[in-house]
Amino acid sequence: MMIENSNIKATVISATEYPDLVRQYGITGVPKTVVNDNVEIFGAPTEEVFVKQALEEFSLDNGKPSALA
Amino acid sequence: MILPTEFEQAKVRELLASMTSSVRLVFFYQSFLCETCPPARQILTELSGLSERLTFEEYNLQLDRDKVEEFGVDKVPAVVVAGTRGDGLCFYGIPSGYELSSMVDAILLESNGDSGLSTDSRTVLANVTVPTNIQVFVAPT
Repeated sequence: MMIENSNIKATVISATEYPDLVRQYGITGVPKTVVNDNVEIFGAPTEEVFVKQALEEFSLDNGKPSALA
Repeated sequence: MILPTEFEQAKVRELLASMTSSVRLVFFYQSFLCETCPPARQILTELSGLSERLTFEEYNLQLDRDKVEEFGVDKVPAVVVAGTRGDGLCFYGIPSGYELSSMVDAILLESNGDSGLSTDSRTVLANVTVPTNIQVFVAPT
């Protein structure tokens, strides 16, 4: 996703090494994805589902309708 | 060698042989209060030795503030998989186990510049106009 759009930054965080972040984001299982601190995606969904869930957050910020709606 | 066996090293070397452009492994560490920094450094130096197109560089989180700002890291150990675009996926923690496999994937994506996403996904992503931060929490296995 970063390759497709420079507005997107992505980090992978080893949960066992950062207990403060685990508490902060309420991580109870992995993998868990947090987008812009307020969208949570659990597990490893398909590409289509992941992009759609992520886009909902992006679209809120953009004020644009979802391209997948 | 932390990469477990010669067989696995050979497999990683074979995967990295498909790299078409150079990728930097930009490692951030601190000298104190970071037990996982030395093993992370060892894995990354071993990994970078498996391809001529992979380079390893390291910076101190406290001292090399220009690089810290450039790559936007705030924790250690951290490694940024930096391709020709300048920055890239950032891993916080030791890239071992399954995450080592993920790192190899990230290296190949950065090197070859192809996300592999579907046309529909690419169209959707092209409409993202605001800074978006995606954090993926994982556990080494």
